[in-house]
Amino acid sequence: MAAKKPNEKPDYGTTGHSWDGIEELNTPMPRWWLWTLYLCIIWGIGYVIAYPAWPMINGATPGLLGYSTRGEVAAEIARFDEANAPMEELLVATPLNEVEQLPELNGFAKNAGQAVYNTWCVQCHQSGGAGAQGYPVLVDNDWLWGGSIDEIYTTVNHGIRTEDDADARYSQMPAFGEFMSEEEIASLVSHVQIIAGQDGNAELAEAGAALFYDNCASCHGDEGKGDRFQGAPDLTDRIWLFGGDTAALTETITNARFGVMPSWSARGMSEADIRAVSLYVHQLGGGE
Amino acid sequence: MSDSQQAPSLYAAREPVFPKRVYGRFRNLKWLIMAVTLGIYYLTPWIRWDRGAELPDQAVLIDLASRRFYFFWIEIWPYEFYFVGGLLIMAGLGLFLFTSALGRVWCGYTCPQTVWVDLFILVERWIEGDRNARLRLHRQKKIDFRKLRLRLTKWLVWLLISVATGGAWVFYFTDAPKLAVDLFTFNANVVAYTTILVMTAMTFIFGGFMREQVCNYMCPWPRIQAAMMDTDTLTVAYRHWRGEPRGKAKKGVVAEGQGDCIDCMACVNVCPAGIDIREGQQMECITCALCIDACDEIMDKIGKPRGLIGYMALKDETSETSGIAPVSPWKHIFRLRTMIYTGLWSLIGVGLMFMLFIRSDIDISVSPVRSPVYITMSDGSIRNAYDIRLRNKHGEAHSFAMVARSDVPMQLEVEGEDYGTVTVPADELRTIRVYLTVPDASSAANSKVTDVRIWITDEANGDRAHADTVFNGRD
Ligand code: SF4
Ligand code: SF4
Repeated sequence: MAAKKPNEKPDYGTTGHSWDGIEELNTPMPRWWLWTLYLCIIWGIGYVIAYPAWPMINGATPGLLGYSTRGEVAAEIARFDEANAPMEELLVATPLNEVEQLPELNGFAKNAGQAVYNTWCVQCHQSGGAGAQGYPVLVDNDWLWGGSIDEIYTTVNHGIRTEDDADARYSQMPAFGEFMSEEEIASLVSHVQIIAGQDGNAELAEAGAALFYDNCASCHGDEGKGDRFQGAPDLTDRIWLFGGDTAALTETITNARFGVMPSWSARGMSEADIRAVSLYVHQLGGGE
Repeated sequence: MSDSQQAPSLYAAREPVFPKRVYGRFRNLKWLIMAVTLGIYYLTPWIRWDRGAELPDQAVLIDLASRRFYFFWIEIWPYEFYFVGGLLIMAGLGLFLFTSALGRVWCGYTCPQTVWVDLFILVERWIEGDRNARLRLHRQKKIDFRKLRLRLTKWLVWLLISVATGGAWVFYFTDAPKLAVDLFTFNANVVAYTTILVMTAMTFIFGGFMREQVCNYMCPWPRIQAAMMDTDTLTVAYRHWRGEPRGKAKKGVVAEGQGDCIDCMACVNVCPAGIDIREGQQMECITCALCIDACDEIMDKIGKPRGLIGYMALKDETSETSGIAPVSPWKHIFRLRTMIYTGLWSLIGVGLMFMLFIRSDIDISVSPVRSPVYITMSDGSIRNAYDIRLRNKHGEAHSFAMVARSDVPMQLEVEGEDYGTVTVPADELRTIRVYLTVPDASSAANSKVTDVRIWITDEANGDRAHADTVFNGRD
């Protein structure tokens, strides 16, 4: 009988492997499969010639196409720079207080500003503008030098008390420890605590009030409300840059503080970036 | 293995297959299924569905750019991808169900590979003739004008079908009428052209040249299917107890002592997989059922009952061999396994339907801003910031009034807005920064967390949605 019975062994036989009555057939591979393998080998050879492949002592063989991942990144960055250029030009040309009316530009500035902030500002002012002791919180409604977009821009542009920029904002509180007794300083601390609405020694504070009027009011104001023109903090609110308890206030009055912020224009930040980060900070929640 | 045996070749060339034209019930069913499935594939992108001015009016659209999936009245956002996942699982379970009940019906009737190969073979038959003519053409070594003309025409028609197939594919991803114009005026995206090129090449090669090899070597499904099949599964089989011993019929009469199979090779000649079903169940068989039609035709001619080749559960093989009538196919189909598959399938289906109906057109989600956790304002009041995402699935812009509800009064402000009202453009997700502030003396300012619920009310129709969050005080 010519026809094979069901499941009879095929012509090409078995490999001879058998386990538990199950035998392994020696089915030939399809020939096109072999050709696919050869094609892959040819492709592989071509690839090695065209692209970086063999590791050498100083890097890999360059390959005929001159491709490199670094080059790709550089091209990518150049492409982004080019794509961003029109927006950056527009940002530089638009008055800062008008940016918010242009949704597209505003969105661009916010995102760019966030990137700049997270690269350069976050180390001191913390992520999201949370601030830290000695580094102002940027999300509240208390500003030393002003919280309007233009004031923020000036601060970022020129910095505070930095030697790198002649236009930096500048003021200096004297270290009163050099010419005041400890008792006088303690009475000043009490006075400041009372005007800030904290519990303070009322007796001491009376003497402190007179001292305050003579020594501090020229900058902080008669009522201690501060003066943004001189970067003098408001002493009556609840926000303390260096702390508002007795120890911190005593330290501040005795030795003074000298917070410094870099001038970002002097550090070479582009005008567009400075504007973007100013807008970002302005929109963090405290902008005026 | 003996030494005298010749070493077998490690590689074998494909045995070309020349399926013969066949007539019958299954062939007709397959023509119908081919027409329906191809119709669905080519025409679906052209169906229009009005969703309002700002949304696409294509009934079925996978909008990758704006990340939406439209299916008639249903619109799926990326965060609802579980719908798609659920549908895929249902498709999988559906395949399990059909495979356990009816074997490789998917392969035999509806798999694109089968449908397109069937179409390509149809074209081949129109142009080059039926099996014998094609065999002759294949064996003819000399390439004369006729062979060249036939081959080129066939390839050209195949290519046209392939281009149409690849072309239809991209219409699912953008507005079809616009893309069609762009494609012909060479204004379409390179991605569209590349996709068409790849799909065209695949259709052309898979349908014209690879054919059954796709099923044998590339497709994982035949290997997986074995796990779904058992002896109750109805599958295409040759009733060898009836057919054997086979022998040629003389003058249309089967000799005494001979089986019903007259070895006419009809079943082999029509098989698109190029196999002989009489050798038993084989991995290559896609159960296209064409050999049933072919054999039935022969049985009618020699006056024997139909069904020498037919759908059969392998369980019945022994009982049938000893002459007992087979049990009803329904008994094979309704068994624990298929019921479990059906149960799972319906469970997911009902779940998805339920989710679809309770889905709302607006949605709010709130994430508190963690840096800083809270903000002390100059008057000592405490403020928390939140990033709120508002989703408007309507075809036009809607305004939402926003309020915060909590045991303690809280003041709500929206960044950049004068009132607590936010407008969200049509079919968009808008993220806004919202501040909640409580006075210095408030209990919320002085306790670690206070529960807050933020409500939005759609000013157009009064629909409401809410999200819960917490207010962080200074411990
Ligand atoms: S084996 Fe795979 S490709 Fe072939 S018909 Fe079945 S599912 Fe389709
Ligand atoms: S053996 Fe029959 S059912 Fe199987 S693929 Fe061939 S023709 Fe189709």
